[in-house]
Amino acid sequence: MSKVGTDLVKRGMAEMQKGGVIMDVVNAEQAKIAEAAGAVAVMALERVPSDIRKAGGVARMADPTIIEEVMKAVSIPVMAKCRIGHIVEARILEAMGVDYIDESEVLTPADDKFHVDKSKFTVPFVCGAKDLGEALRRIGEGASMIRTKGEPGTGNIIEAVTHQRMMQAQIRRVQGMSEDELYAEAKNMGAPLHLLKEVHDTGRLPVVNFAAGGVATPADAALMMELGSDGVFVGSGIFKSENPEKFARAIVQATTHYQDYELLAELSKNLGSAMEGIDIATLRAEERMATRGW
Amino acid sequence: MKIAVIAVQGAFREHIQALRQLGADAVEARRAGELENVDGVVIPGGESTAIGKLMREYDMIDPVRKMAADGKPIFGTCAGMIVLAKRIEGEETVHLGLMDVTVNRNSFGRQRESFEADLEIPALGEATFPAVFIRAPHIAAVGDEVEVLARYRDRIVAVRQGNLLATSFHPELTGDLRLHQYFLNLAKESVAN
Repeated sequence: MSKVGTDLVKRGMAEMQKGGVIMDVVNAEQAKIAEAAGAVAVMALERVPSDIRKAGGVARMADPTIIEEVMKAVSIPVMAKCRIGHIVEARILEAMGVDYIDESEVLTPADDKFHVDKSKFTVPFVCGAKDLGEALRRIGEGASMIRTKGEPGTGNIIEAVTHQRMMQAQIRRVQGMSEDELYAEAKNMGAPLHLLKEVHDTGRLPVVNFAAGGVATPADAALMMELGSDGVFVGSGIFKSENPEKFARAIVQATTHYQDYELLAELSKNLGSAMEGIDIATLRAEERMATRGW
Repeated sequence: MKIAVIAVQGAFREHIQALRQLGADAVEARRAGELENVDGVVIPGGESTAIGKLMREYDMIDPVRKMAADGKPIFGTCAGMIVLAKRIEGEETVHLGLMDVTVNRNSFGRQRESFEADLEIPALGEATFPAVFIRAPHIAAVGDEVEVLARYRDRIVAVRQGNLLATSFHPELTGDLRLHQYFLNLAKESVAN
């Protein structure tokens, strides 16, 4: 008897991605560059987040043709994004055989109250979070992997740092609580109690926890690893840089060797310009993607 | 007993925990220097293209080949099995190229087809082994010196060739330590010789 779509199978898939870099790509050519650089997966999109920002309007699931093109081009796993709460986009991606779905705030939410019930799917999901409560709500709905939200498409690491530090600090605080304090904490955080207890007992999230949203350089990737991330998503940072091959390779190596500072210096040399960045303070409230979802 | 777990990418933490539970001194290896003076090597699950590439770029291929030639045990799980294989179907790149097997990558399908199953592995005793297959490879063909340890629906999923051990599935994820013990026993024999 074999069983598909179990928690172990879905979470285990994310465990295999640890220490690796997942890169946003918009066509087969970029996917091949990512694979050759040592990416552990690619995220197939119609536009990278910085272009989604520029385009404005409603951002939706990518055209399946693009996703299929990427799936044919590479042997590494292919992820794709659905809108928050868009059950049918998620079902379409699952039917296409996508390896992981990102229910993502980078796209325009389809539902302002409910996220997808991810426990009903065979395919695993990754979701963004700004803090521990949000991460555990998503895991409660069946997410098998968490990433920081950061602020996508900005090339600015500050929000990803804030979110990862927040999660790590909250995990440490919960770990030090007495058991009877956890009931009130679950209410305050809006987190499922059984998951909060698991964090209390183990000192970590029950699933893999990546960094995302603003990684633009090898040093940014290494910083997120230093802060306790299990791996890194790079959205616009590769293919909006001056030299995608070099950036891709350097970010992969920086993620593996994140505490080897002499090597990081070498990897950071002569890369050309990183993607153009945005100061978060210049974004209007409605331009912030991290505040989408609950 | 000192075991290096290749830690360039993948589920190396789980292997280290399993080996430490069995009393071994397990260390992370990201560079060639970290492979010195160890009694065996584990190559974890992860993405074989990424692991192979990072092992090559950081000069870990030859030291691991040398250790294998010296009779030290090498254990690869899933991606690690692909890294160990002499032949990979449909690809020209081989990584360590040590084990006389042909592997077929992602042979069970994409992630939605990934599964758990209980396997019979006679070399480990009567109790079945909880195996989790994640975008798993299988072994399409083996050389004369390769012993098949387990099959799943007629596909070869665990093999041993002397001091080399490989599985399609992930013993590092399920808490059953018998395969890690089996590997450590190989390391003990190798040290004794």
